[in-house]
Amino acid sequence: MTNDMKQGRQSGAGEWIKILAAVGVVLLGGLIYLIVGGIFSGIGVPMWVSGIIAAVIIVPLTLGCLLKWDKLYGVYKSTNKMETLRLSKTEKKIYGLMSIVLGIPAFFKNLGLTIWNAIKAAFSAIGKELADIGSTFVHGDWKTKISYVVMGFGCLARGQILRGLLFLLFEAVFIGYMILTGSYWLSMLPSLGTQGPTKEYDLILDVEVTAYHDNSFKILLYGVLTIFFIIAFIYTWRVNIKQNKMAEKILASGKKLRSGKEDLRSMVDDQFHKTLLALPLTGILIFTVLPIVFMILVAFTNYDGAHNGYTNNLFTWMGLDNFNTMLSWTSGKGGNTQSYAATFGEVLSWTLIWAFFATFTNYFLGMFVAMAINKKGIKFKKGWRTILVLTIAIPQFISLLYVSKMFARNGLINQFLIGMGWIKEALPFWEDATWARITVILLNIWIGIPYLMLVTTGILMNIPADLYESARIDGANAWQQYQKITLPYMLFVTGPYLLTSFTGNMNNFNVIFLLTGGAPTNAAASSASGNVGYTDLLITWLFKITTGAESQYYLASVVGILVFVVVAVISLVVYNILPSIKNEEDFQ
Amino acid sequence: MSENNVTAGKRHMGLKASRVLANSTIYLVLVIISVIWLIPFVCILLQSFRVESTYQVGYVMPQQWGLDNYKNLFQTDFPRWYVNTFVTALVTAALQTVIVLCMSYTLSRFRFKMRKPLMSFMLILGMFPGMLSMIILYRVLKDLGLTQANAVPGLILVYVASSGMGYYVSKGFFDTIPKSLDEAARVDGATRFQVLKKIILPLSKPIVIYTVLTAFMGPWGDYVFARYISFGTSAGMNVAVGLYNWLNKDQIATRYTMFCAGGVLVAIPVAVLFMCLQRYYVEGVTGGAVKG
Repeated sequence: MTNDMKQGRQSGAGEWIKILAAVGVVLLGGLIYLIVGGIFSGIGVPMWVSGIIAAVIIVPLTLGCLLKWDKLYGVYKSTNKMETLRLSKTEKKIYGLMSIVLGIPAFFKNLGLTIWNAIKAAFSAIGKELADIGSTFVHGDWKTKISYVVMGFGCLARGQILRGLLFLLFEAVFIGYMILTGSYWLSMLPSLGTQGPTKEYDLILDVEVTAYHDNSFKILLYGVLTIFFIIAFIYTWRVNIKQNKMAEKILASGKKLRSGKEDLRSMVDDQFHKTLLALPLTGILIFTVLPIVFMILVAFTNYDGAHNGYTNNLFTWMGLDNFNTMLSWTSGKGGNTQSYAATFGEVLSWTLIWAFFATFTNYFLGMFVAMAINKKGIKFKKGWRTILVLTIAIPQFISLLYVSKMFARNGLINQFLIGMGWIKEALPFWEDATWARITVILLNIWIGIPYLMLVTTGILMNIPADLYESARIDGANAWQQYQKITLPYMLFVTGPYLLTSFTGNMNNFNVIFLLTGGAPTNAAASSASGNVGYTDLLITWLFKITTGAESQYYLASVVGILVFVVVAVISLVVYNILPSIKNEEDFQ
Repeated sequence: MSENNVTAGKRHMGLKASRVLANSTIYLVLVIISVIWLIPFVCILLQSFRVESTYQVGYVMPQQWGLDNYKNLFQTDFPRWYVNTFVTALVTAALQTVIVLCMSYTLSRFRFKMRKPLMSFMLILGMFPGMLSMIILYRVLKDLGLTQANAVPGLILVYVASSGMGYYVSKGFFDTIPKSLDEAARVDGATRFQVLKKIILPLSKPIVIYTVLTAFMGPWGDYVFARYISFGTSAGMNVAVGLYNWLNKDQIATRYTMFCAGGVLVAIPVAVLFMCLQRYYVEGVTGGAVKG
């Protein structure tokens, strides 16, 4: 990915990079608009205000870019060869800004290129495979030719009984499955079932009974499974042909084929990795990949509590309708005031703000605590650490639930403060949006610092002591040492960790759900779906959507896909930028 | 020359004074932090012994001490939840360790064609919110009869099956064991399996303990999957789901101190285990973070 950017830099400021930068600026503006809008609509300021703010930031930036383009780009280009150290402060800032602005479009460009290359590679690979299948058939002997229809025949005829039987068994199972049920699931997949439950009159019992027919859920599930199975069959069939070709080659060269015993032995030797991976990958395939494929497909249906696909109504394909609903700016259902898109923007912006503060407050405070404990002359190092580590040792649901109740309206803290006569009315820790948001972030520090302390302690100890020694001789004070040695080193080493902890915090279900449950309720946004609150993250919102009375699974799937998109974009954009951060911070 | 020495001496004195000042500030900060960190845990412990009332109050020290809350726990489903969680944690710890180690060892030691694609594929998979898959897993497990009252095996299946994705930390560990050890054994005619059994495993004690520890602690704190799978049936709940319900609006007035007692009973064994094995946890966490 970075290669493309480097190539771009080397080939000079071409026109395309100007266009890319413009796209980046526009995207940045959109992002600012969404975030600012999200914060503002939370406190009742209309969206156009945030539009103006975004414009005020973006327009001068764009103009500046266009007018001073060559100079800016020159600064950016010069830093390719790790010359950032020579830059002045403003130039460093320009460099940082440019790398962000260029990072966004570069990400999309690279994504496009990757997909394009993958498609190209896939087609050429398929072409090669087909050619090979054809030539093997033409040049192969009769055993090979029969293997095209009867899998494993070649192996059996050449004395590899074990392999041959396995191939044959697989083919038999596959054909049996396809005839018995597979074809049914596959044929129902386009419609997801035609007949829902019906009321029928039972003559014998003289009552109305419900008769169940198609089951959309099972059709979708087994339809997907059948497709997986077909792919596996095609792959195995291809392996079977390859084996024939190889066997012919080996026999032609006068060597002997592997016996079944040798095959078994190779499973713990040169094929050992396949043995080891078989179990974990099967688990991941069935319990992670299959559900994810299923849920992605659900986003294109109307599967919800009222259409559960079996006992009440069937569900069916809806195309892109759900995405249109989620991303439309027209107001929500039933004459409600707020559109889905606005609600989504609000929750997304809080999610990003939360992730930012949760990550960096923990990071810096944890580092400071670690440095304090590590400092020469501080005693009981182990004792301090043990006290802090308690929040990791004790299951989170206990500590979080307990603390959440401590801060409740009639909780320990409020009652204590009132009892002491310091306040007259209970503080609205969980009732007021701003209070709740700040309290959540502060309590997350309580949970997060110990972990960061453990992580950073190890890294801090790895910083060569002579660096500090020479800095001290040069007369650097503690703050300067921190700024010039500790921080760059830490950022350099923990860059990837910061990224994963940022995305991890975006999906930090436990802390939010156990502390606030998303409260206080955001009345306007709740019109969308799932009783949205001011501290709800996308992930807790998703959970609420699936558990409410309506259980709009399709909407939850849409939110899940959008969460994936946001996380993936952030991760990849940061990875695009990260090497440049590294160059910049590389202090040696 | 001598003048230089004098100023250096003065600076040294100044440094010493400032170091004492700095250290005492740090001590002060550390004491404050420790108090903040300990307060909730002390409170929960003290309140679990409070007899005179069962709801939230504005003081910490109980006016009447007693074990009533602990005794009352045995009138509820709490022992059942406890056993559920304990069994889940134990089995998960055993199976998950095997799976994670298989996965991480393979990805660290073997170079095969699909290795890189597999790793990036799992990275992308990890970006999907795992909660989403619970909707379908719940219905599938329900068809298999592994939900509600039978939630324990279902829950174990869910935890263990996808645990292969969390291979990062232990792969980082295996990467640090020199490959020359393997090669030497291979030259002597050992199979790959023998290399794993005779050479790698004896060296991997820290990471095995780390994996067992984290796998064991996971089920104690999991709320969302356990809630999906037990689906409101008390007999299938784990401690997190069960105790969470006690703090609902309609139960908190009568169950609050019992929640504290239950919390203490859950926390003590887990915390003690963690404290004993803390060293391995720290090793795993630092190693994992540095390698990303």
